Amino acid sequence: MPVFYETEVTSRLMLGTAQYPSPAILADAFRRSGAGIATVSVRREAGGERAGQAFWEMIRALGVHVLPNTAGCHSVREAVTTAQMARELFETNWIKLEVIGHADTLQPDPFGLVEAARILTDEGFEVFPYCTEDLVLCERLVAAGCRVLMPWGAPIGTGLGLNNIYGLRSLRAHFPDLPLVIDAGLGLPSQAAHAMELGYDAVLLNTAVARAGDPAAMAEGFARALEAGRLAFEADPMEPRDMAAPSTPVFGRAKL
Amino acid sequence: MKITVNGTARETAAPTLAALLIEMDLGMAKVATALNEGFVPAPQRAATPLADGDRVEIVAPRQGG
Repeated sequence: MPVFYETEVTSRLMLGTAQYPSPAILADAFRRSGAGIATVSVRREAGGERAGQAFWEMIRALGVHVLPNTAGCHSVREAVTTAQMARELFETNWIKLEVIGHADTLQPDPFGLVEAARILTDEGFEVFPYCTEDLVLCERLVAAGCRVLMPWGAPIGTGLGLNNIYGLRSLRAHFPDLPLVIDAGLGLPSQAAHAMELGYDAVLLNTAVARAGDPAAMAEGFARALEAGRLAFEADPMEPRDMAAPSTPVFGRAKL
Repeated sequence: MKITVNGTARETAAPTLAALLIEMDLGMAKVATALNEGFVPAPQRAATPLADGDRVEIVAPRQGG
């Protein structure tokens, strides 16, 4: 199982906590999938409501690792301050670092991402950067102190799957020992299985599960796909070829 | 004095960030704070004075992806 900053997790599934029809369905999705990490966020607290406290108690009851994010941050300063607030609230050095560079695609801002990653690493954070599959960017993130990389499969919430297989394969080849997580863009379990077949260590999902008609069943479907894809990767798949090759022996065929 | 809390204008007499939280019934709440875009750790709130025009952010755990 993957190890993130010296912490071994029990599952290859990281699951978001937003957009579920109810807290009970969210909890059921975690239970049925066995997801080992829950992503969470921080948002403004209106006076006296204490919605944050109730949510926090529900997440703690799941008994999983918590990965706070800096979702929605568009500048280094926003992301750093949000990370600092999240560390205090969730009592963890883990941070899923998002520095958004484009409003339509929610594409990471690679320049801001590297700068924020360096600042946070220096402050003792363990950074999980939401990045693109750009090899040079990923090298800079590693140089900035990141020991996990989380390239997108496709833009957040699109369900388009793995848009750049070559880029993702290339990344895996260049960082053979670094935990790599597909973060964002997955819509179906088959896409998660594909990520495993490429040798990725985990996937992070939210919309694909939360917006399914039956979120808990979809979460379980993803968990099974991850298991199947990982088994395939470890089994050393055959090489594809262009020409047909009969699987039944030719020798000994009757002459008729 | 007039400050902005979570994007909304607010009139307050609270001398410190800690006093503002108590005034808002968030004294014991699970929240984190920022003043003028900079993080203020919980132990420092009582020693963080507020001034006219300050921008305060108060956040709590929420659902996220």
